[in-house]
Amino acid sequence: MAESDRGPQTGRFPIGIPGADLRTEERPLPPGEPPPWPPNAELKVVGKPTRRVDGLAKVTGRALYTSDVKPPGMLWARRLCSPHAHARITAIDSSAAERHSGFRGVELLDRPIGQAHLRDPKQELHSRFPVLRYVGQPIGAVAAVSPAAAEEIRALVRVEYEVLPFTIDLARAQEASAPIVYPGPVDMGGSAGGGGAASGLGMNGNVRGPSRSARGDVAKGLAEAEVVVEGEFRTQVQTHSALETHGVVAHWKRDGLTVWASTQGTASVQDELAATLGLPKANIRVITEYMGGGFGAKFGAGSYGLLAALLSRKTGAPVRLMLDRAEEHQSAGNRPATTQTLRVGAKRDGTLTAIQLRSVGTAGVATGAGVGSFAERMYACPSFSSEQYDVFVHAGPGTAFRAPGFPPGAFGLEQVMDELAERLGMDPLALRERIDTQVESGALARREQRRIGAEKFGWSRRRPPGSERGPVKRGLGVAQAFWPRHVSLESSCEVRLGRDGKVELRSGVQDIGTGTRTVLAQTVGEELGVPAGEVTIRIGDTLFPRGPNSGGSVTTASITPAARNAAAEVKRQLLELAAPKLRATPAELAAEGGFVYVRSSPARRLPLSRAARLMKAGALTAVAKRTPDYAPPPGAAVVKGYGGVQFVEVAVDTDTGLVRVERVVAVHDCGRPMNPLGVESQVNGGILQGLSYALYEERRLDPHTGRMVNPNLESYKILGPREVPRIEVHLIEDYRGRSSTDAGGIGEPAIVPTAAALANAIYNAIGVRMRELPMTPARVLAALATGGRKAAPR
Amino acid sequence: MKAFGWVDARSVDEAAGEARGGALVKAGGVDLMDRLKEGLDAPARLVNLRSVPGLDRVEEGEGGVAIGPLVTLSALATHPRLRERYPALADAAGHAATPQIRNQATAGGNLLQRPRCWYFRSVEFHCLRKGGELCFAQGGQNPYHAVLDNHICAIVHPSALATALLALGARVALTGPGGVRRELDVAQLFLSPEVDVTREHVLGPGEILTQILVPAPEEGARSAYVKLGERESADWPVAEAAVALTLRSGTCTRASVVLGAAAPTPWRARVAEAMLTGRAVTAESAAAALRAELARATPLAMNGYKVPLLEVAGRRALLAAAGIAG
Repeated sequence: MAESDRGPQTGRFPIGIPGADLRTEERPLPPGEPPPWPPNAELKVVGKPTRRVDGLAKVTGRALYTSDVKPPGMLWARRLCSPHAHARITAIDSSAAERHSGFRGVELLDRPIGQAHLRDPKQELHSRFPVLRYVGQPIGAVAAVSPAAAEEIRALVRVEYEVLPFTIDLARAQEASAPIVYPGPVDMGGSAGGGGAASGLGMNGNVRGPSRSARGDVAKGLAEAEVVVEGEFRTQVQTHSALETHGVVAHWKRDGLTVWASTQGTASVQDELAATLGLPKANIRVITEYMGGGFGAKFGAGSYGLLAALLSRKTGAPVRLMLDRAEEHQSAGNRPATTQTLRVGAKRDGTLTAIQLRSVGTAGVATGAGVGSFAERMYACPSFSSEQYDVFVHAGPGTAFRAPGFPPGAFGLEQVMDELAERLGMDPLALRERIDTQVESGALARREQRRIGAEKFGWSRRRPPGSERGPVKRGLGVAQAFWPRHVSLESSCEVRLGRDGKVELRSGVQDIGTGTRTVLAQTVGEELGVPAGEVTIRIGDTLFPRGPNSGGSVTTASITPAARNAAAEVKRQLLELAAPKLRATPAELAAEGGFVYVRSSPARRLPLSRAARLMKAGALTAVAKRTPDYAPPPGAAVVKGYGGVQFVEVAVDTDTGLVRVERVVAVHDCGRPMNPLGVESQVNGGILQGLSYALYEERRLDPHTGRMVNPNLESYKILGPREVPRIEVHLIEDYRGRSSTDAGGIGEPAIVPTAAALANAIYNAIGVRMRELPMTPARVLAALATGGRKAAPR
Repeated sequence: MKAFGWVDARSVDEAAGEARGGALVKAGGVDLMDRLKEGLDAPARLVNLRSVPGLDRVEEGEGGVAIGPLVTLSALATHPRLRERYPALADAAGHAATPQIRNQATAGGNLLQRPRCWYFRSVEFHCLRKGGELCFAQGGQNPYHAVLDNHICAIVHPSALATALLALGARVALTGPGGVRRELDVAQLFLSPEVDVTREHVLGPGEILTQILVPAPEEGARSAYVKLGERESADWPVAEAAVALTLRSGTCTRASVVLGAAAPTPWRARVAEAMLTGRAVTAESAAAALRAELARATPLAMNGYKVPLLEVAGRRALLAAAGIAG
């Protein structure tokens, strides 16, 4: 491989899918970019299944989570939250609380956080206190010398309320007589993880929208259709339920504010606190060494972050504010509930003529309850139209949750496609072969994935519904994934090679739990020719170059090219340093296996540590920022998303309605898999969270009070160890020459098709379609009793 | 949680003496900790029963087996003689909760734990059982609530052991202050909401459950327990059944059928028992008996599905006890 100081103007890129159409293409290489890596098979560190570099720290408890941070003199804060679904605060009296010996401070919020806001604030009666619109809405917080004192003091704050009528029911909230959540039009942007809704949409009572999208002529498409399939699908509210709750430890000192945060975006916390508190970003340091899960709900500072910062400013002490599990369920975000109607027209051969979608969902007091662009972008169809509405109810705000909108979207569309295949007398995979041709949306990968998956799974075993005798019926189902590729250019790294030969990477990027440390170590290790375990990764600190927020499955795709480019620059400096000693030009040298050596004569070599000692300064360093994805040459396939195909085998007990998932075969792509072991782990997690969503999880609100009756992990049911099926993950490599690593994302695609594949498998088992989540025994029995025509009571 | 005192009792007498005046008795502490954390109970002191020697034994005698109140669920589930002679009891213990909880939770605590109704468990709902005016479950979220005897308060009795012990005809011994001992049938231990909606059992102040007595199975007697839960991991049953049958040459001479997760107390299915006595137990006769029993069910808005599940649990338990593949 030729390499010069300035870098080649073109590079030889691997393009395509190994086993299918992998080839090498000479393509332009943007200036300053390192030469393309060959396929994983020819690499030494990247692409090899690599155990987490921080695994030992985690299992031994050495890894420091925000919950573990306890600086000397730290105070304990607890939030004060609304006990009412809808109320105005008329007075707050904290005098009794302040007389408690453990009291150190109280702060009240002057505006709601994390929910929609009125376009015209004057439409609401002026008050010192924000209107309370759901049970659990934060009002303020107290700081105290101990957790017990904080609880006692919180109970001593007297709040007087004017209680107002409320509604928590999606259907009822749309009626003209329903209590109104917002007195005028509202807006709300999404977080760094997506979600939210277009701004400026109209409102009628509690109904906002629609947000519309269209192409072609749906009326004409439906008229031309030879078969039309329709269905209504309902999905429930799912809470994120990360193991570590939301929270921070904030310490406001004269020289600035330091915040340890359980966040999936150190940058997002810094940005929000700077904007809210009017501090320069440089004076705010956010640290997230380790965090216990986010799934989309942990962007920004949140009410807890702001309150802790204010309490620290007031008291001069570090203040810890972590939510408890009930607060977490009620106020820290959720996947909104949706009701969607789909109408799909097709020709006898399966060719689609029209897709029409109407969705009405609720994200409580927030926006963003749509079902996303899954139906719009997945399959080739000349006409499409959608109308998506948000309905406000007096319930906790929805927020981005692992592939916002897409799992409900797939639950609808992929079941309609299953039904269409049956109506046409086609195999569901054969129908996909015909209609799954949208290259932009990952069709090339899915074609290969269907082939691999069908073989590994034994799809040919599938029989028509109702083929089994006896009360326990087995079925096989399939559904497909699509998730748009996103990249954050706010992704920077510094790589350092010390005079002692130690390699270190520094970035503000946090590891949400997906193994970011490990892929960064592999990336730098590959470039500098050292094992991943010898690269020190220091991340999760805004003192380091700014990292991307971990949402939209962007992290690996965004940060690894910056890491590689920084490492490549350090390597360039190193080879220049070593060249005279090895009596060669830098271009004749390579770094691999811990040595710098002459390519044509590998025996002429220097250990990396010896080469490093040639430097005069303390370290060779380079900072690199993510450059935009390389433009594909004219005529090349443009792939703007990831695919994925999941097959599910299920046993349904028709006596009890109990569903047992026996096996899942998942075939996925994420560009160049940087760490196949980590990717598999993400796919496992997506499937488990998807099955849990499909079968068990549901936020339940009491109709008398609007209060959640299951704000715990006992009666808010999450799949447990005995519900875990046999899962087989197969990865394909999908090279598209998009960056210096060509890495992609996997966290979100992995959850998109799971519930749909399971519902299709249940249909294959019992011959009745499940149109509502979660698919509990109550719903399965009701569907069996009515033949799937009517929904069970919620 | 409020601060409380702590007494390590050395004897049952001492425990009974201390267990008055705002004190609560603690065995495994599993249910108690939940209640303290939620603020449902704020005792002045806890009387620790685990410091009393000898309450964690399983002793077999002529008339049957005596189980100490501190025997853990995992010990019950794995005890070889119990497994052999009382499979319904061992299975009920072994299917409760999680392995970690079964290692900590005790037989006595399981019988006397308070209900899991989410309205009862939340301090925010001042429900009938807590001295309030309303059973919130009636017009509220009730998918896991009672389908029988549910018109006053719709809790389901939470004890799997109670379901099995009632089927096995067990008795319990209670010891009160001054060493006063009384014995009751398990059926008499529990209170229906009609009798007292604020209590689930008859223990008086200072009374401690000191023994569970399970009679020796008669010739030809077999038992079985079936639990149906939405999940197998860490979940409560949505339907459960324990059955003890005596079979003589294919005919059922005695049937004891108990449904759990069905009513505020373990539900003795007397209609079903009568229909089966004197007949052969078959898939058909078992199903018919349970259907007749459950004709009395009065499901709420969200729990109608539990009626067929109880039927299945009862039928499967009957067939398992009768040794017929279901």
